[in-house]
Amino acid sequence: MTALLEIKNLHASVDGKEILKGIDLTIQPGEVHAIMGPNGSGKSTLSKVLSGHEGYEVTEGEILFRGKDLLALSPEDRAREGVFLGFQYPVEIPGVSNTYFLKAAVNAIRKYRGQPELDAMEFLKLIKERMKLVKMDEKLLNRPVNEGFSGGEKKRNEIFQMAVLEPTLAILDEIDSGLDIDALRIVAEGVNSLRAPDRGFLLITHYQRLLEYIVPDYVHVLVRGKFVRSGGKELAEELERSGYALFEDAAA
Amino acid sequence: MSASTKTIEEITRRGYEHGFVTDIEQETVPPGLNEDVIRFISAKKEEPEWLLEWRLEAYRHWLTMKEPTWAAVHYPKIDFQAISYYAAPKTDKNRPKSLDEVDPKLLETYEKLGIPLHEREVLAGVAVDAVFDSVSVATSYKAKLAEKGIIFCSFSEAVREHPELVRKYLGTVVPYRDNFYAALNSAVFSDGSFVYIPKGVRCPMELSTYFRMNARNTGQFERTLIICDEGGYVSYLEGCTAPQRDENQLHAAVVELIAHDNAEIKYSTVQNWYPGDEEGRGGIYNFVTKRGLCAGRKSKISWTQVETGSAITWKYPSCILRGDESVGEFYSVAVTRDAQQADTGTKMIHIGKNTRSTIVSKGISAGRGQQTYRGLVRILPTADGARNFSQCDSMLMGDKCGAHTVPYIDVQNPTAQIEHEATTSKIGEEQIFYCKQRGISEEDAVSLIVNGFCKDVFRTLPMEFAVEAQKLLEVTLENSVG
Ligand SMILES: Nc1ncnc2c1ncn2[C@@H]1O[C@H](COP(=O)(O)OP(=O)(O)OP(=O)(O)O)[C@@H](O)[C@H]1O
Ligand SMILES: [Mg+2]
Repeated sequence: MTALLEIKNLHASVDGKEILKGIDLTIQPGEVHAIMGPNGSGKSTLSKVLSGHEGYEVTEGEILFRGKDLLALSPEDRAREGVFLGFQYPVEIPGVSNTYFLKAAVNAIRKYRGQPELDAMEFLKLIKERMKLVKMDEKLLNRPVNEGFSGGEKKRNEIFQMAVLEPTLAILDEIDSGLDIDALRIVAEGVNSLRAPDRGFLLITHYQRLLEYIVPDYVHVLVRGKFVRSGGKELAEELERSGYALFEDAAA
Repeated sequence: MSASTKTIEEITRRGYEHGFVTDIEQETVPPGLNEDVIRFISAKKEEPEWLLEWRLEAYRHWLTMKEPTWAAVHYPKIDFQAISYYAAPKTDKNRPKSLDEVDPKLLETYEKLGIPLHEREVLAGVAVDAVFDSVSVATSYKAKLAEKGIIFCSFSEAVREHPELVRKYLGTVVPYRDNFYAALNSAVFSDGSFVYIPKGVRCPMELSTYFRMNARNTGQFERTLIICDEGGYVSYLEGCTAPQRDENQLHAAVVELIAHDNAEIKYSTVQNWYPGDEEGRGGIYNFVTKRGLCAGRKSKISWTQVETGSAITWKYPSCILRGDESVGEFYSVAVTRDAQQADTGTKMIHIGKNTRSTIVSKGISAGRGQQTYRGLVRILPTADGARNFSQCDSMLMGDKCGAHTVPYIDVQNPTAQIEHEATTSKIGEEQIFYCKQRGISEEDAVSLIVNGFCKDVFRTLPMEFAVEAQKLLEVTLENSVG
């Protein structure tokens, strides 16, 4: 079986400064992986490199997505191939309604895959259905993308977009930050309902609590651009108790 | 078969029934300006004595004026004696013989905008054997308008057919003393449009210069006068989205609007004059004076403009809010790219009580484009309870362009309420990345973001115009990022 994602010896830098210093990671279809690590260790950087942000330069290593060379693809083609990034800080796009934006996205992806574009009715039906999944407030749909959304609303909007776009690999960067207790449960339930045998998740989080709701198959600890330890879900519990102090030494 | 004969064949095949406009008197005056030239222009147009006198007064005043230099635009000095002031029919000699001789970039743009082939030739200034226009359309429209007592004709025709109206209103909103270019225009104006909406009449259609005969030959000193009588309403569209070429580099138009009690005038412009090549060479200088007078109680004037063309734009559509409770609005999108420069904005002069004005200006600069928003809000002592809201946003694409906001606020009445908001943003790389991460191409992302940015202005445009304007923006800003 081809792995969903295979990262081999990945080195990446920003403005000439090396941030990722040799990452290896394999995600099989159906698996949920969690990455934890101190602030500034490179978690978001990894998510940006995976999604093709031009500000990050890959200096060494390779990334295969379902056997394909991911690094050779443009960011939009990666998205069309099924890579989704739920942003830690989703940007605002003033004046562009959420629905309009999402329709443009859905149809761009469908076009790439040789599927007919959805018309307004079909699209509406799709989003109505997916809205329920994350209990998305209908009012947010017609507001400009993320503009004036509360922190929690932005995160919920990311998950809603994921539910509509149905990616094969979803990278969720601190999807739990800014969510209240109820929202966290709702978002987690949304993610769980999208778990599927052919779909993989890469969750980036600081808190064990998210992982109580979305139980990961593997947990990796990233410190200063390297995985210092990998394990099962119990690793998250251990971290919650002892912090990163132990691992800082390992990375040094 | 040459392209032009082909065009004519095409037209005839479509059953174009009304004759071609040919045989216009072939006379020209040598370049230069003096009283004799003005007398010649006036005589050619068979104008009444009072109009000639008015032109001459304007000319004499112009001689005492200096070209303004306060605007943030730079261009070689204009030699006003090198310009020919009588727009004689163009000779075919120095015009492109066919589309093959036209700047391929211009043709590419026509293609993208979906301009019909025969219109492309006219727009590009190709020497076609016959000048054609939408005469048939214009004629049927005219009949419909006449039923309601609406006058919509060329300025020259108005001078002939309705001299009392022209005489009553000409220069009442923009006196020839107003500024250097207005004075020049008053002395030598070529032609333009005239609209009169009688009391209580709502004009049943958007009035567009496009439907006016020979609209494309109005020349470089255009004069427009629109009067909306009590309780009337009119929406007027000026310009077209296709980039227009013109041999006249300097354009100095004057537009005057007058709204009486409870009357409303909506004036929308899409300006896409040739901006010149990448260095701005050959581009149009556009120095326009546009002003509306809300003369009556509860009258309303709205300016909406989408400016993407010209090498240099100098333009401040303004409202004088004299009637109590009158309303002035200004919505503007201006784009500058390559070497384009624009100094544009508005003036809202509040005189009447409880007058209200709204200003929404969206500036987009790409390449080396330079843009200045210059706005004046003046509340006179008589304007109790006046209110103004201004929003000026600039978007920069790339790091060689510039945007500047110069708001002047002059409040002489303590009851006034003024709100001013201004933002400058870079078209976010992060915004574009966000779109791309959702599968949207860079080109679509840029147009999505820019259209979102301009939304508050586009929604004030008549529907079809708004769609065209969006398309125009897309084409104009293609390849502007990265
Ligand atoms: N565009 C950038 N320019 C300069 N430095 C950057 C840039 N992006 C990331 N960095 C630096 O790279 C390092 C890793 O940042 P990253 O955002 O990946 O951390 P993180 O693990 O996601 O942290 P957090 O838990 O706070 O979100 C930090 O030191 C950060 O300052
Ligand atoms: Mg981060």
